[in-house]
Amino acid sequence: MSTYNAFVTRETIEGSGEGPLAGKTVAVKDNISTDGVRTTCGSTMLEDYVPPYDATVVERLKAAGATIPGKTNMDEFGMGTTTETSAFGATENPAAEGRVPGGSSGGSAAAVAAGEADLALGTDTGGSIRCPAAFCGVVGIKPTYGLVSRYGLIAYANSLEQIGPIAPSVEEAAELLEVIAGQDDHDATTREAPWASEKRAGDAREQGSFEEEVGSGLGEAADGDVDGLEIGIPTELLDGADEAVVETFWDAIDELEAQGASYHEVSMESLEHAVEAYYVIAMSEASSNLARFDGVRYGPTPEYEGNWNEEFAGVREEGFGEEVKRRILLGTYALSAGYHDKYYKQAQDARAWIKQDFDDALSEADVLASPTMPVPPMKRGESLDDPLTMYLADANTTPVNLANLPAISVPAGETDDGLPVGLQIVGPAFGEKTIIRAGSALA
Amino acid sequence: MSESAVDPEEVRHVADLSRVDLDDEEVERFTEQFGEILDAFEALEEVPEVESDADLVNVMRPDETHESLSQEEALQNAPESEDGYFKGPKVS
Repeated sequence: MSTYNAFVTRETIEGSGEGPLAGKTVAVKDNISTDGVRTTCGSTMLEDYVPPYDATVVERLKAAGATIPGKTNMDEFGMGTTTETSAFGATENPAAEGRVPGGSSGGSAAAVAAGEADLALGTDTGGSIRCPAAFCGVVGIKPTYGLVSRYGLIAYANSLEQIGPIAPSVEEAAELLEVIAGQDDHDATTREAPWASEKRAGDAREQGSFEEEVGSGLGEAADGDVDGLEIGIPTELLDGADEAVVETFWDAIDELEAQGASYHEVSMESLEHAVEAYYVIAMSEASSNLARFDGVRYGPTPEYEGNWNEEFAGVREEGFGEEVKRRILLGTYALSAGYHDKYYKQAQDARAWIKQDFDDALSEADVLASPTMPVPPMKRGESLDDPLTMYLADANTTPVNLANLPAISVPAGETDDGLPVGLQIVGPAFGEKTIIRAGSALA
Repeated sequence: MSESAVDPEEVRHVADLSRVDLDDEEVERFTEQFGEILDAFEALEEVPEVESDADLVNVMRPDETHESLSQEEALQNAPESEDGYFKGPKVS
């Protein structure tokens, strides 16, 4: 039995046995539906919920030969940065004792870091793959919005979230991403990546830019070759970051430079508004998404004493934890009459502004780099009473979700106190090969 | 000092709209926290109006019947059902 509490449910789901993931175990975050195996979202509300179907990504894992060893712990409904808001207890960080593993996919990252699974799937709405990957010293990829099907993912904030891989190395993360990526009729927001269609057509394109020189498969892109790579570094993502984190970040950039990459600093003023914009949009979407938990189709059994609204409110008091209630209420507030323009509309403007800033910055650079998290892993129990401070820790990851872009977190090294630091590399839309190639120079 | 002062009545009102019961301690904590969080959200006022043409296209499919969950499967997680239907509390 593990001491890290990385799994909510340990139940083996066998795959087809043949394929690129044959012989590998892939742990699955507990907000991704598994046919016949309970899927709790880390919530009392879904403690006994057993999905009658598989998420598309789970079907693809099984078809690729993977074995699923269980469902991993997470912040309730993905709402948290520490995996402490789970109704099933907090997860320990195998790479930093007494510290949080990051969140919300903390169980997935901890399972990989502890060797309890070869690989794992997480989900990333505002950093929930990259943050735990950084805190646990492993690799995580948040794919371009629309690359991976969300069918069977229990929704938190649809316009922001993607399922993605967590692995010990960039190459393994890339191979897992290749298995789960691709268009799906069950999710109308999915698209086939340009590189995927070119691979199938065997199209030999003209060689030229950095991206075009990359080989055909995603795993093959992890060749560690960063010669000629131009890195932009947004200064806003270094301002206010922990000193030890910034030091480790520059060490990693020096290493990339030594391997032939070059960098320049760039200012992206819009990023200073990313956290607020993210939380307004995510909470607003959550307040609508989580309306489905009413105790009628799933959830704790109501007593049927009052009318519909009274029952509904009672079931939701019992089934939801405090962070989930906080976000539903704030989202309802932000969308309510008289406040919509002040919060939601402004947040959408900020989102468009951030997108433009990324487009501009990526026209002068192949990738953008920053510390994944502005702080090292927090001590357990430290951040639960101060939600705003916890939200601000997402400053570097949330802009990427708002801009629908792909990003990877790779281990950058450790602080002098031995705490893991992640390097985040952001690429253009469907530029997965570029960020994989860049990241593979370090891990 | 919080500019977006939120009072307990407002928290109770939003909780009511959200159909989430709160105990008194939660109301007290949320009142304080919401003031702080909404203050932080105020910074969005500095965001300029941005002209953006969303790069969106409609995705259509033929309107045909497909295989789907059986009624039994769809009801299997419901705390109560009757004659193949979900059963809920009275509406009013």
